[in-house]
Amino acid sequence: MAPPRTVDETFLALPLAALTDAALTRAVDLGCEHADLRVERIHTQSVSLRDARPESFTDGEDLGLAVRVVHEGTWGFAAGVVLTAAEAVRLAEEAVAVAKVSAAINSDRVELAPEPVYADAMWVSDYEIDPFGVPDSEKSALLIELSEQLMAADGVEHVQSSCMHVKEQKYYADTAGTRTRQQRVRIHPEFTALTVDRGTGQFESMRTLAPPVGKGWEYLTGGDWDWRGELAEIPELLREKTKAPSVEAGRYDLVVDPSNLFLTIHESIGHATELDRALGYEAAYAGTSFATVDKLGSLKYGSPLMNVTGDRTAVHGLSTVGWDDEGVAGQQWDIVKDGVLVGYQADRNIARHTGMPRSNGCAFADSPSHVPVQRMANVSLQPAPDGPSTQEIISGVERGIYVVGDKSWSIDMQRYNFQFTGQRFYRIENGRLAGQLRDVAYQATTTDFWGSMSVVGGPQTYVLGGAFNCGKAQPGQVAPVSHGCPSALFENVTILNTVQEAGR
Amino acid sequence: MTSCTPQELVERALAASTADGQVTFVTDSSEANLRWAANSLTTNGAMRSRRVVVVSFVDGGAGMAAGTVARTGTPDVAALVAASEQAARDAGPAEDAVPLISETPAGNGDWDVDPAETSIDVFADFAPALGQAFGEARDRDELLFGFAEHSMRTTYLGTSTGLRLRTDQPTGRVELNGKSPDFSRSVWAGMGTRDFRDVSVADLAADVQKKMGWSQRRVELPAGRYETLLPPSAVSDLMIYLYWTMEARDADEGRNVFAKPGGGNRIGERLAALPLTLRSDPAAPGLETAPFQVVGASSGSASVFDNGMTTPAVNWIENGVLTNLIRPRAWALRTTAPATAAGDNLILEDPTATASQEEMLAATDRGLLLTTLWYIREVDPQTLLLTGLTRDGVFLVEGGEVTAAVNNFRFNESPVDLLGRAVQAGRTERTLPREWNDWFTRAAMPALRVPDFNMSSISPAS
Repeated sequence: MAPPRTVDETFLALPLAALTDAALTRAVDLGCEHADLRVERIHTQSVSLRDARPESFTDGEDLGLAVRVVHEGTWGFAAGVVLTAAEAVRLAEEAVAVAKVSAAINSDRVELAPEPVYADAMWVSDYEIDPFGVPDSEKSALLIELSEQLMAADGVEHVQSSCMHVKEQKYYADTAGTRTRQQRVRIHPEFTALTVDRGTGQFESMRTLAPPVGKGWEYLTGGDWDWRGELAEIPELLREKTKAPSVEAGRYDLVVDPSNLFLTIHESIGHATELDRALGYEAAYAGTSFATVDKLGSLKYGSPLMNVTGDRTAVHGLSTVGWDDEGVAGQQWDIVKDGVLVGYQADRNIARHTGMPRSNGCAFADSPSHVPVQRMANVSLQPAPDGPSTQEIISGVERGIYVVGDKSWSIDMQRYNFQFTGQRFYRIENGRLAGQLRDVAYQATTTDFWGSMSVVGGPQTYVLGGAFNCGKAQPGQVAPVSHGCPSALFENVTILNTVQEAGR
Repeated sequence: MTSCTPQELVERALAASTADGQVTFVTDSSEANLRWAANSLTTNGAMRSRRVVVVSFVDGGAGMAAGTVARTGTPDVAALVAASEQAARDAGPAEDAVPLISETPAGNGDWDVDPAETSIDVFADFAPALGQAFGEARDRDELLFGFAEHSMRTTYLGTSTGLRLRTDQPTGRVELNGKSPDFSRSVWAGMGTRDFRDVSVADLAADVQKKMGWSQRRVELPAGRYETLLPPSAVSDLMIYLYWTMEARDADEGRNVFAKPGGGNRIGERLAALPLTLRSDPAAPGLETAPFQVVGASSGSASVFDNGMTTPAVNWIENGVLTNLIRPRAWALRTTAPATAAGDNLILEDPTATASQEEMLAATDRGLLLTTLWYIREVDPQTLLLTGLTRDGVFLVEGGEVTAAVNNFRFNESPVDLLGRAVQAGRTERTLPREWNDWFTRAAMPALRVPDFNMSSISPAS
């Protein structure tokens, strides 16, 4: 099946040109030096099953428009849900009113880094089957069938399943003349098996490792991910986990699978190299960063094996776009090169503020009613071109732990101290896996951890992981983002026993 | 906003129903916000929205099924109703099916009144006062960061069983974060509000200034267990997580911290040594919230079939003993236990407590005083072990006085265990949860004294 090539007609048929004329003309008349209009339609379906039976099915669509202005050097923003020229005019006026009230607390003049004009541009993400074109009954039936397979296995007492799929359509227009239309599709299926020992009261769970991706319904029906194979393995893995010994706290060499490492990258590199955080814009909420702008080009982020890129171009990446929400084209760039901090993620205002010649296109708003802020690109750790397989990495470890899958995560507000758990932890003895361990968490400081990376896996270990639920900004916004990475070895990492941490 | 009123939309949806039942709710919302960093504006906004949610119930012979479709703006009602009915037919029988509610709950608002609204003008006095605070901070060589938001949501809920319900929810919050220019000192003050009339920028700035003063001297302390005073905001973030975990079905199925080894749940078990009561009450003064249930999607702790049900005032923990869990009607029927529902506020109190935070501090020989907690995540559901960071002010208390600021820590603690180990609670006061205020702003909590709070490692963050 050939990939769709155009944005849905139903979106293109909205009165986009009329709204643009109304909003931007009014904004210019009111003296704005810049104005932009976004019209967005975000269609989301969430299916949730409990023990393979329907728990909820919701189909939601957010359709709205927003006008953002720069008026006498101050931002103003207003959003609504009525797609008429009169409302577009009202929003332009309200955005200016917001700018005027805000002028009392503004001393940083807003100026936008330059960007070429894209006068009539269209982009559609790479997917095969629009999930919203598949009958709901067919989608529910497949999720029920897969859940029943897991539920039927010995030792599995409960199964929690969900699938969220999203189609995001955006129109952007600004006073410079850019007009972009784009459409993205993403999907996140998830299955968790749970076992309960009634006698002892112990319970344990295990979740599928399949990451959320920028694909369509073919993710569940095609050959991209072996769902039935993974679901067939989970019950035995879960049984093994419940019988596994509790970990002895201490220091271990840690082999991190891409299914776990993507989240460590997200928290300790992705957020830490957001330029707005480094400048303090998020200081009261998401936090700042130890990787401050004075350290650009000199901070030793990690070992010389560490090469990290930011991109908004990776095929099937959740942060991949044609243009960002300020009309800046998707790009790829270096963030860490040979272990040294060399780049940030930026939007147009902070790019200008810090002397960057151009934004690298990281402005994003999660809905038509939210203002775009600098959000995360796909931030990915590059594999070593001739690097080893995961098996080969493990075979070089005398006493260590191999972690697979993400679970619990937490990191401080400057992105130093983090703690992660996982779906499965295996003991490594003399280069071989020696059974699972329970109650494991790893804890480290970002630069120590990345500095201890002594082996980076090859391209054959590389997986594009990701998440739908990256939080930032006030009011809170949620963004999808992918992170590609190989397996890697980290030496002498602090391992906690979570039962001991609980004081038991 | 539009030519069609929310009440008319509800009536049209109900009239278009061909299903066995329908619940429709329309929420009109308006919001204004200001955000600032380093004594200057960063973002702002004024937003209006309308969300129309239709839940249809269809019995295809095997049992009642539910489907939910939601749209913003003024959608085509006939198409919306048809889509929700198709969704219900496609979904298959719901486990939480019970007859829809038909009794009007107490506290229901006037159906015919227009939606409440807010605008950027809510900050007409606040913004200049904040600008003045910026100037004063600049004069002290300090930086202010923060956020102020006000929203109004009016929900009109109608059912095929005849309910016509209305509720207004004003929500406001303001956070003020002070820092030294090198960011090495960082402190916080915040509050929840219904209308910003009770917000004094000067008072918040004074609180920040006091804590900046406490931070002049800095002491490094190692990880370990410390006597710790958790102020109301920190207590609220831990108790909200506990509240969100109080699902009866999970407990009855043996899969959360409230499950009892051997089967059943822990209701009746003493959790706190102190006579603490944890409760939610839609009518709690200053923390008023929806008096009835509005549910778009079922989960283990809420049911679309319970739409319009009175949100009861519930003591979840009473006099230190676990007394209730969150239990939709269907699970209540299955387990012959009372139906309950979670509300959008939370109160923890010790009726015997008299001490103010200042008095608790003065009675501390040596310990830590926290300000807020951050990045709280579940490590082990078995014990409800949570991890997270201290943020924006860990202070060393010696001889009843703050003597220095201390480095931040990563903690690993279970709120259930903390209730058991807390040796003193202060007077309950309104507070703003730092971690969860995107979702939860209506809390009243005491400060708690914990003799052995587990600071697992040092965080170099400030």
